[in-house]
Amino acid sequence: MSVLVYTESWEGKFRKSTFEAVSYASETAKLLGTDLVAVSLGEVSNDELNKLGNYGAAKVISASDINKGDGQAATAVIAEQANDANAIVFSNTYTAKMIAPRLSAKLKIGAISNVIEVATSTTPLTVKRKAFSSKAIEIASVNSEKAIISIAPNSFGLIETGGSLTIETSDTSEKGGITIEGQETASGKISISEAEIVVSGGRGLKGPENWGMIEELADLLGAATACSKPVADIGWRPHAEHVGQTGKAVSADLYIAIGISGAIQHLAGVNSSKVMVAINTDPEAPFFKAADYGIVGDAFEVVPKLIEEIRKIR
Amino acid sequence: MNIVVCISSVPDTTAKINFTDNGSKFDANGVQFVINPYDEFGLTKAMMLKEATGGKVTVITVGDATVEPVMRKSLAIGADAAVRINMNATDSYSTANEIANYLNNNPADIIITGRESIDYNGGAVGGMLAEMMSLPFVNACNGLELSGNTAKLTREIDGGKENITAELPFVIGGQKGLVLESELRIPNMRGIMQARSKPLEVIEPSSTEGLTSSVSFEKPVEKGACKLVDADNVAELVNLLQNEAKVI
Repeated sequence: MSVLVYTESWEGKFRKSTFEAVSYASETAKLLGTDLVAVSLGEVSNDELNKLGNYGAAKVISASDINKGDGQAATAVIAEQANDANAIVFSNTYTAKMIAPRLSAKLKIGAISNVIEVATSTTPLTVKRKAFSSKAIEIASVNSEKAIISIAPNSFGLIETGGSLTIETSDTSEKGGITIEGQETASGKISISEAEIVVSGGRGLKGPENWGMIEELADLLGAATACSKPVADIGWRPHAEHVGQTGKAVSADLYIAIGISGAIQHLAGVNSSKVMVAINTDPEAPFFKAADYGIVGDAFEVVPKLIEEIRKIR
Repeated sequence: MNIVVCISSVPDTTAKINFTDNGSKFDANGVQFVINPYDEFGLTKAMMLKEATGGKVTVITVGDATVEPVMRKSLAIGADAAVRINMNATDSYSTANEIANYLNNNPADIIITGRESIDYNGGAVGGMLAEMMSLPFVNACNGLELSGNTAKLTREIDGGKENITAELPFVIGGQKGLVLESELRIPNMRGIMQARSKPLEVIEPSSTEGLTSSVSFEKPVEKGACKLVDADNVAELVNLLQNEAKVI
């Protein structure tokens, strides 16, 4: 018996969402009275693997020849390790969203995604998850003895245990039916779904040439930049920045909406953020009903002042 | 070429989400249902592929008779045939299994699902379907170019995109980028008229047991009132964020 966690790496490094999944899995292992085993795919150094111990993993199996983007291969390797796992935990990354459903179908184990809390019951395993694009919370359970749980980033947090782990290697070299030609990543950019602070702009900014101050504010706060759907649709900003019901989901500690009126679809995608700030000229903008703090005012006056004031405390 | 697009009938994005029967059931009263937005990108891409290379586009759904308007809309947009598996879709595994049963008897070259549905957001049917049929699966697919039997695909990854080559057949989970928002098609009168005479086949389900159960629903906790800060006093906002909310 054990709990298994998939520990995703990017260019050999783990991210906060990985450690969060390990923390969650470690709490689940405690609930079930068992040990936590991690599975890592792709080349990751021993120094990096050792970090997983600090969040409660007792052992890690490192399959360095597997490309995580090859869902068939990744699923086969994780399935090999899942024989005595009672629960298998993922962070809801794009890649995990390919692997977890495959694993569920392969092993006939119930899979629940978008999970936001540790299990409320273990017989059967029952968890809370976000549904209806964050407009509701669903309580869901698995019908199988075992469970696959994918957690929403930034929903659980990190729990350091100060432990250490043993490293095992797997030399499996499975290959699925696709060829991965390469990746294009915007280096230095903070990913929206993982960011602790997100600064987001809407049509109120009047044009793409005015995004300089949004980026300046984001840089100052170590934040990711985002935008509303209309802004992405008219091409002011790349689609990858679109947050909302049909774009990316945000669950940041702080979400700053500048010149965004707050359509229900936009709010659905961002309202799991802990603190929301709205800056808008229209006092009737729906965002003020959802925000924790607001300023009724012109972004072109308020944002430069905000940058100035934050500079004073940084 | 046979393209099958899996369609989910979902509440309109502006719909108020409420529950009845002690929070156990979605309250569909007064709710407008639409083609799941992610599926609509896939359906439009399927139409473009068909127009370029010829072939047939079939839309398939798992649901009771109430989802038929959405299937008729898919036909009006241009799909050639529709299939409805007569079962309430309550669990991703049983839904995928029903679709896999159909596809085993009616092979397709490209199977398109949405990245996720905007109601349950499970995002699992595409991957499960691919595993059941031993096919490759490219999720959050935002680019697909076909030449012969080879496709160049891109998928969104955290912080960028990944370029992939795959041979037919395969499954994709579609999203924006597959086609642009501006390329989505609004059914015209001719399409609506033609849709009436296109086949909508109803198939009875096998009896697959689901792997998950929905217990109940809650609404997220309502936020307190917004604290408004004067536009001339931005320093106060920074003070509140630093010392009250403790987020900067």
